[in-house]
Amino acid sequence: MKVSKEQALKFYETMCLIREFETSVKHDFLNGEIPGFVHLYIGEEAVATGICAALDDTDYIESTHRGHGHCIAKGADIDRMMAEIFGKKTGLCKGKGGSMHIADFSVGMLGANGVVGGGYNLAAGAALANKMILKNDRVSVVFFGDGASNRGTFHEAANVSSAWKLPTIFVNEMNQWASTTPYETTTAVKDISDRAKGYHMPAVIADGKNVFEVYAAAVEAVERARAGEGPTFIECKTFRVEGHFVGDPELYRTREYVKENAALNDPLTWFDRTMTRKNGYIDGVIEPQELEAVRAAAKEKIVKAKEFAMSSEYPDPDQYTADLYL
Amino acid sequence: MSIKSYREATFDAMKEEMIRDGTVYAIAEDINGNGGTHGRYTGLGEAIGDPGRVIDAPISEAIIVGSAVGAAMSGLRPIVDLRFSNCIPCAMDEIVNQAAKSRYMFGGQAKVPMVIRAPDGILKMQGAHHTDCLEAWFTHVPGLQVVVPSTPAEGKGLLKTAIRNDNPVLFFEHKKLMAMTGEVPEEDYTIPFGKARVVREGRDVSVIVYGIMVSRALEAAEKLAAEGIDAEIIDLRTLSPWDREAVLASVKKTGRAVVAHEAVRQSGFGAEISATIAEEAFGALKAPVIRIGAPFVPIPMAPNLEDLCRVLPENIYEGVHRALGRQSDR
Repeated sequence: MKVSKEQALKFYETMCLIREFETSVKHDFLNGEIPGFVHLYIGEEAVATGICAALDDTDYIESTHRGHGHCIAKGADIDRMMAEIFGKKTGLCKGKGGSMHIADFSVGMLGANGVVGGGYNLAAGAALANKMILKNDRVSVVFFGDGASNRGTFHEAANVSSAWKLPTIFVNEMNQWASTTPYETTTAVKDISDRAKGYHMPAVIADGKNVFEVYAAAVEAVERARAGEGPTFIECKTFRVEGHFVGDPELYRTREYVKENAALNDPLTWFDRTMTRKNGYIDGVIEPQELEAVRAAAKEKIVKAKEFAMSSEYPDPDQYTADLYL
Repeated sequence: MSIKSYREATFDAMKEEMIRDGTVYAIAEDINGNGGTHGRYTGLGEAIGDPGRVIDAPISEAIIVGSAVGAAMSGLRPIVDLRFSNCIPCAMDEIVNQAAKSRYMFGGQAKVPMVIRAPDGILKMQGAHHTDCLEAWFTHVPGLQVVVPSTPAEGKGLLKTAIRNDNPVLFFEHKKLMAMTGEVPEEDYTIPFGKARVVREGRDVSVIVYGIMVSRALEAAEKLAAEGIDAEIIDLRTLSPWDREAVLASVKKTGRAVVAHEAVRQSGFGAEISATIAEEAFGALKAPVIRIGAPFVPIPMAPNLEDLCRVLPENIYEGVHRALGRQSDR
């Protein structure tokens, strides 16, 4: 699928923002500046970028504990994202959610879910609401990993989405690792999208480092959903570069294995390589200096976001009882 | 006023709210086939002129509840009916992590207005997997509200409030309420949460109850009155929030308290009430708080064994006598 050069550069900008954001967060976490847990999206940037580019602000996404990439790609305010991860009152969730529960409802980002596999039913619920009751054509995307597809909730949501032709889009980020477990040791299928067959759901496998392929799959799935034809399963083959969480000693895989697979699957180097030569995705090429400029601008935005977070206050003490009941 | 059954009164509540607000919808297993729990949804879709808002669900409690959370966050107001409180554990994450916490942890961005109706309590020989009282589990979860109606009129008013409420509500309805009849006001009314009802005023003892136990306490009170013992009966109506002020005022007046529920005694909601009374009305107490609940067993099938698990008017009657310092045998 061909896109304009502007669109391609927009993809690149989003991926760079995610990469720079995650790199900065990793650094700050290891320096002890960030509380709790963070789970990095490094290596998977093209998936969130490609999928979210096919959505409007009024469409919904349900995210995961590894949700910073989804949040950025959906258009959340980056400063307020950073502040949220630092637990500050200026954060998207006023510091109450943190990394694993980051959310921006104003752009349809219904939240990162700290419960693995907790988001399918919420996404299907948003889909049900919009199709069956509100009768509009909004779609609802749920991101989930290979490990998360082993939860019963996946199956319940897939069944009902198919039975009722709900506009749910199941985006499987097949990053090959469920925490410390290589997926093949605990998963009954080879391609997670095999599971879609059991629910009569159309499925497609996309190369998760190729943002254009992901985008094309998303566009088709969104069209199908908006037309009332039901859900789609998009399996994006990718690779989790970092450990499960920052600080994970990764005793279960070697440095060589990680280095090799990270290089093979890197969406940014793929984009750099591909866009600077004649390719089938845009007319013409993008010059290396254009890419460098986008990368530098993204890095600058993240530096500013970190300054914003660091200079913000923690929530006022009385806030611990706020927003419990309406 | 007219005489209605609990089923009719709560049907009216749903019908009125669903007509008033087009974002209210009902979802449950078998809700259209045979009208759901006790047939109480029969004709609801036609009555509101919108059958599309009464949805038959698959046997997937997690998605029934989880989809309601997602729908609520998208601007709707679902009424979920789980048929039996025993089905609730199939959707625990959806209730305790998703519904209860979303508003708080997203810093107020989310709103989760939903009602989960769950018939509970001991009927007859339904067995351990269809007989439970789990209200105490959910009073323990910040972010949820727990409602336990005691009569048709109470059921209607509390259900309307639950539907209009912007928070997730667990609505536990004892199975024996379904056939109960009583006077129900004709006009549109709601009953607020956190406001107990003094069902019977009295001088000698405060009997603090909720749900089906209210009518059983009234029966006990009649027998006690014949002996010259004047029992005050407080119907809590809601357990989270619960009306501490009303309970404490009553106990400060009578000096004696009996708390009774059909749920298992150990760690039942009665423990919360008893501890609060001990903490905040200790000086007024003339006797320890008497706490009555079911024995610590799953409900057995054999009817004679099942009967040993019930909490009945005679248990409250004995409890009052113990509170008054007389003979106890349980």
